[in-house]
Amino acid sequence: MTDIQSEEGQEALLHRLVVRFSGDSGDGMQLTGDRFTSVSAAYGNDLSTFPDFPAEIRAPAGTVHGVSSFQVHISDHEITTPGDQPNVLVAMNPAALKADLGRLERGGTLIVNEDAFDERNLEKAGYATNPLQDGSVDQYRVITVPMTSLTKEATAPLGVKPRDAERSKNFFALGLVSWMYTRPTESTLEWIARRFAKDELIAGANREAFLAGYNFGETTEAVGHRYEVRPAQLPSGEYTSVTGNTALAWGIIAAGQLAKLPVTLGSYPITPASDILHELSKHKHFGVRTVQAEDEIAAIGMALGAAFAGHLGVTATSGPGVALKSETTSLAISVELPLLIIDIQRGGPSTGLPTKTEAADLNIAMYGRHSEAPLPIVAAYSPTHCFEAAIEAVRIALKYRTPVILLSDGFIANGSEPWRLPDVDTLPDISVPFAREFNGTDADGNDVFYSFQRDPDTLARPWAIPGTPKLMHRIGGLEKADVTGNISYDADNHQRMVNLRADKVARIADELPPTVVQGDADADVCVLGWGSTWAAIDGAVQRRRRAGNKVAWVHLTHLSPLPNDLGEILRRYQRIVVPELNMGQLSRIVRAEYLVDATPLTKMQGLPFTLIEIEDAIDIALKEVTQR
Amino acid sequence: MTDTAVNLTTKKDWSSDQEVRWCPGCGDYGILQAVQQLMPDLGVAPENTVFISGIGCSSRFPYYMNTYGIHSIHGRAPAIATGVAIARPDLDVWVITGDGDGLSIGGNHLIHALRRNVNLTILLFNNRIYGLTKGQFSPTSEVGKVTKSTPLGSIDPPFNPLSVALGAEASFVARTYDLDRKHMMETFRAAHDHRGAAFVEIFQNCNVFNDGQFSDIVRRQNRDENMIQLVHGEPIRFGADRQHGVTMGSDGQLRIVEVADVGEDAIVVHDAERDDPSLAFALARLSNNDHSPTPFGIFRSVARPEYAHAIAAQLAQSSQQKGPGDLGELLRSNGTWRVADTN
Repeated sequence: MTDIQSEEGQEALLHRLVVRFSGDSGDGMQLTGDRFTSVSAAYGNDLSTFPDFPAEIRAPAGTVHGVSSFQVHISDHEITTPGDQPNVLVAMNPAALKADLGRLERGGTLIVNEDAFDERNLEKAGYATNPLQDGSVDQYRVITVPMTSLTKEATAPLGVKPRDAERSKNFFALGLVSWMYTRPTESTLEWIARRFAKDELIAGANREAFLAGYNFGETTEAVGHRYEVRPAQLPSGEYTSVTGNTALAWGIIAAGQLAKLPVTLGSYPITPASDILHELSKHKHFGVRTVQAEDEIAAIGMALGAAFAGHLGVTATSGPGVALKSETTSLAISVELPLLIIDIQRGGPSTGLPTKTEAADLNIAMYGRHSEAPLPIVAAYSPTHCFEAAIEAVRIALKYRTPVILLSDGFIANGSEPWRLPDVDTLPDISVPFAREFNGTDADGNDVFYSFQRDPDTLARPWAIPGTPKLMHRIGGLEKADVTGNISYDADNHQRMVNLRADKVARIADELPPTVVQGDADADVCVLGWGSTWAAIDGAVQRRRRAGNKVAWVHLTHLSPLPNDLGEILRRYQRIVVPELNMGQLSRIVRAEYLVDATPLTKMQGLPFTLIEIEDAIDIALKEVTQR
Repeated sequence: MTDTAVNLTTKKDWSSDQEVRWCPGCGDYGILQAVQQLMPDLGVAPENTVFISGIGCSSRFPYYMNTYGIHSIHGRAPAIATGVAIARPDLDVWVITGDGDGLSIGGNHLIHALRRNVNLTILLFNNRIYGLTKGQFSPTSEVGKVTKSTPLGSIDPPFNPLSVALGAEASFVARTYDLDRKHMMETFRAAHDHRGAAFVEIFQNCNVFNDGQFSDIVRRQNRDENMIQLVHGEPIRFGADRQHGVTMGSDGQLRIVEVADVGEDAIVVHDAERDDPSLAFALARLSNNDHSPTPFGIFRSVARPEYAHAIAAQLAQSSQQKGPGDLGELLRSNGTWRVADTN
């Protein structure tokens, strides 16, 4: 911990702190991390989180593959990533130590539950000898605490059985860390009372365990002195803390309100997108209808049916679901109805790494349909940006009557950060009118409704919903005649319709704001990013610039169509570095589109980029430029 | 609409300007006629009516109705129709499907729409063949059927569509056939008036790839002996002189008997409204081929909560508890804190 400042008070100040809570899947590490986050958010720190858990609900206890971790980065200044290396690792058992010790910074603080380091657990974790005694942890500041037995002792007076008491040991750990890093206790105690209100005994056990951990820190010299991370000087305003999936769900609700349309979500449970279904299901008083469909295909089918009927149709899924929805997505493109398709990307292919992050669905979003079927793609870049990205995706879908794919990923979906609340009154009106009247005249001079007569500016077709007198019409997957919408097998008509569908999507670029080049616009090296790499790129670019290098950075939120000015911007730079959690999908797109020499920086480990990885890539590019 | 007896629309109002393009002699024409002729009698408006189909010969149907409609994707019509029905409970939503569309590629959506009891009128045109792809066996084709894809005969045991529907908890199940417009209209009307998912199997002749499949049952000279008309509350009897009947043995098995042999009291009285679907199921399986006495009419019609209604009820309940949705409140629902202006 290099950021320590001495102060006259008891606490030493830290500018930033990365804590990783690590334990068994059943140990409640996600809950513990979440509480630490909430308290820190309310205290005023800037923060970023990284929940990292296995796909198994309860993997065999004590094994390395059953380890569940929660990493949280808090600071007194603005940050964007959950931190490359933890300063503090809380290891609840040998498996957690084995899984995560390698991440801990050299000289970092290691807090272990020594009760869990018995022969059986050591064996399950694959340790031949006890790492606490064989020198494995010598380079760290080790604090061993018998958390299980102290929790049992603390809760025994309440009449809690030892087995039940053991379940509260995560609150002991939270109490101890709360003391060490001077976190306020009241809100956690209130939260425990509220959350476990239905079972007094459990509420009591968790409270006593938390207080025991806190007091252990205060009374035991082993822990040493306290640290504090002061509140960050964030822009003034009202803040909350949200995960990406929550912000995205709220963005959908907001979009429905801004469009003056009821929302209908069809969704099939899939990690890591299910929380969108859960969140939206809680807000039926906004007129939100949610259906847990029988499968992914039904989910998008229901959303499309609802869109035909005049609702904002939404479906949320992850990569495997996007594959299943492909045919209906193509139908939505063909019948030109608005639809929001959310892809919370995860490790793949196939079931892959369902709980780990990846951003390798750009290709399927861009190309994953039969025939020529272009659609707009919007990518969220941070947990809080998901709100705005959802509204933007819906705006495009409605205005151009097209399905839109909104890309997020496991990292920002589950990660959280403080969010300065927008003034809801300033959010844009994204409503579009339904067709109400005839819009043409047939050969006999009769007024008629032409379901594919387009708006000359947007090329959007009229949206006439059932219940509207006179405008009855049929749509379908067969090719439609331009203007009338009747079935047509005419050769020239098909060419024209293919062109029109492509042109409609391409025209969206005309209304996009000019691309922002962050950092040094006159640099030789430009980082081109999209999606959740934003956090690590932001940190890496800042560090390189503080070190005196010139670096430009463009971060795309619209991936289809690409901004009109992107090619011209990219051609200004000698080196373009494209960090992606895939094998170079965007870099190939910009190479094909603009004939620029984009260099991919790829990573497929189920983990986000670290700052160092991106900084190194920038360094290499900078060196190549100066050597030329 | 109004409840006067005068129809506000005519058959012409329900017919689109599109040329009907089924093969000459196809059974689908008769079904289209029956639906178009029925619609004015239902007292509903074309603009409040939606026809949704999948893919297959029958799925061209919506193009010929002057209503709102979607000719969608193979098998997916029930899912898309569910979206329409839950968004807009004010609409009449019809699903047009076939034996391949509804029971093969779309089997999953069909059974779940029935399970949920979505307010849909589902017409399944069963011709026991794939017509649009030019003659492969379908999931309702009999074992041994020789087709382009089964030159040595099909080895796939078929589905019984009514058994599938009943097994999927359908609240309304009926069967009719393409040669009898009046029977179709009566059946479709009952299906339309049913609140919830109504499933109607239509024996439909494909005169190109499977001609005469149902002739032993539905041809005029065979009807007396092989068509059993189910009437709720009446003994199940058939034959020119109603001389045949259906009894249930102590083993629970339905059997076809001569009424004279067993006496009138021994004949099963049809009850479409009983909650227990076992009689309907037994009737659906009375015949396992297209050459022996086969029941028609309404097998089952029971009241069950309708899906869109249940959704609306939860929306209303939620609004009552929480008031109208307030976006500002929503964004603050996780708790907030203030960062003061440092200036």
